[in-house]
Amino acid sequence: MSQPEILNQAFELGYTYTRSTGPVVGRFLTELRDRNIVGIKASDGRVVVPPMEYDPDTAEELSEFVSVGQEGEIVSWAWIKEPREAHPSEQPFAWAMIKLDGADVPMIHWVRADGESEVSTGARVRAVWADETIGFMTDINGFELV
Amino acid sequence: MSEQEPITGIEAPIYLKYNFTAGAAPARFLSQVKRGVLTGQRCPLCEQVYFPPRGSCAACGVPTQEEVVLADKATVESFTIVAIPIPNNPIKPPYIIANLVADGANLSFIHLMSECVNEDVHIGQRVQAVWKPAEEWDYAMDNIRYFKPIDEPDVPVDRIGKISVAGWEG
Amino acid sequence: MKDIAIVAYNQSKAVSDVGPCNEVELIMPVLAEVFSQAGINNAQDVDFVCSGSCDYLQGAAFAFVAGVDALGAVPPIKESHVEMDAAWALYESMLKIRMGHADSALIYGFGKSSPGELPIVLSQQLDPYYLAPLWVDTIALAAMQARMLLDQGKISERDMAEVVSRSRRNARNNPNAQLAGDVSPEDVLAQPSYVSPLRKADCPPVSDGASAMIICTVEKAKSWGVPYAVISGIDHRIESHNMGMRDLTDSVSTRLAAEGAGLGDGPVDVAELYAPFSHQEIVLTRALGLGKETNINPSGGVLAGNLMMASGLSRIGEVFNRIIAGDAGRGVAHATSGPCLQHNLVTVVEKA
Repeated sequence: MSQPEILNQAFELGYTYTRSTGPVVGRFLTELRDRNIVGIKASDGRVVVPPMEYDPDTAEELSEFVSVGQEGEIVSWAWIKEPREAHPSEQPFAWAMIKLDGADVPMIHWVRADGESEVSTGARVRAVWADETIGFMTDINGFELV
Repeated sequence: MSEQEPITGIEAPIYLKYNFTAGAAPARFLSQVKRGVLTGQRCPLCEQVYFPPRGSCAACGVPTQEEVVLADKATVESFTIVAIPIPNNPIKPPYIIANLVADGANLSFIHLMSECVNEDVHIGQRVQAVWKPAEEWDYAMDNIRYFKPIDEPDVPVDRIGKISVAGWEG
Repeated sequence: MKDIAIVAYNQSKAVSDVGPCNEVELIMPVLAEVFSQAGINNAQDVDFVCSGSCDYLQGAAFAFVAGVDALGAVPPIKESHVEMDAAWALYESMLKIRMGHADSALIYGFGKSSPGELPIVLSQQLDPYYLAPLWVDTIALAAMQARMLLDQGKISERDMAEVVSRSRRNARNNPNAQLAGDVSPEDVLAQPSYVSPLRKADCPPVSDGASAMIICTVEKAKSWGVPYAVISGIDHRIESHNMGMRDLTDSVSTRLAAEGAGLGDGPVDVAELYAPFSHQEIVLTRALGLGKETNINPSGGVLAGNLMMASGLSRIGEVFNRIIAGDAGRGVAHATSGPCLQHNLVTVVEKA
């Protein structure tokens, strides 16, 4: 039997999916395009950002939108000292769970900071808007420390 | 709310990078193809010869390790005349894609046929590989440009897939 | 209800890059080993086959179909697949047997994670509108979970380092382990941070490999005349995909699944927990109510080798091995799926 060589081939598996947003996600993204952030009221009154279509506890259809602040507080975070190619920043940054003012549930996004020591749980952050907003999650181009 | 239309859909690009590895059996096979040699693998139980080999007998579920050198002559087991172009491929329709069984193998592989009258192609027809120049050979089955008909008697349907590497005398 | 027995289990060595082996070449040796343990020839000798894998790992569409080439599927067999860890393939197989549609089943899971960038590949299992477009990786999500536990004083970095140390030391007795050695908690704490607050040692290695198991009715196990252990309970629960709405410092779904599986009905000698990150082992240990009497992750767990889509099945297999070896009379195996322990399956295995 001949000796096996190891044959490798780099390749990129790529698709651009077209996704329907529906009324809830669509409303959130439409508001993002206008540089507003909205959440939705869950069955128990908690404000969920980004809005969910159904209540995770009761499965009730949710529809009461609530405007929330563009500033909030870091609930937890992870420091990325070596960003990956797919990450939204080439500079070291923090992933964070951020509870926006007026929201009861944290959302996940990223935070710009000069170093790990700048970031802390409880720190205040503010949304940074992309130069051009298109109705996509990356319209918020990260958060910055206040 | 904006005066623009509300968002009803998004374009979500998902692009992931991989380094694909061929597998031990395909790597052996492709290394031989690079040298212009076609090799199959024989099942130790049912003795069927697979080409191209994937390292197992799908029927028996056992590894196939015995390598068998095959001829570059083959028999048409089935075919279709394709009327649509292959994107980014110089082959112009109509062209023929065929299931061929190489002499010495028992199971078919897929390749192109050319230098033929499409309407005359038929099951049991004898064909032979038309290779690219040796200096262009790579780890790829398109080292063979296509198969073309040869002047040998047809193989009866019940003999297709049972021709030895020595060939078919009719 | 029919009691179900485990009669055979095998796992390949977890390696960082299995090199030239394709999926079939990865699966065939573990299948051959479980066929041999059960004293049967191939998949024709069981009534049902179910596998677990994820095509995104190696970026090859329908890679799981190629897996069938390893089975011997002529004449055609009854076969199914879950795009999940094979522990859920075991769950499906148990349902098949309990419904009376089969007396025996072959289960296998395989994962070749080396071809892609695993934490980024797994980012695409997240919410496709809100999270996947950010490409937030799974290590970062686990790191945020760990920080919550640390901030709330529910664990310390030393607790995490002790989990890693025990894993590395236990793995010295596991011939299939990828990472093993005499590593002390101090050695771990001396390491620099990786995705803070996690150190690299708090994270699972990227591994290639496969595992397989054969289960059957107890009657069938007796007729085959092979040693077996009995699955006395199994249950699984899933939590919201919205991590902001979950209590990440607890695992409610694991606790409910354990109750459903009857974990509290007897002593627990051994536990094999699918905790990809060190802090998650502590969360799981608490959710399962395990105490000092339980030997936790004697194999080293998945910090010693993380076969995506197979390690959950392997946890059940490791408990089976301890029981057959006579080291344990009753044990629990846990499997997980999704970010930060979103979906959890609990299996109780007992001496026959």
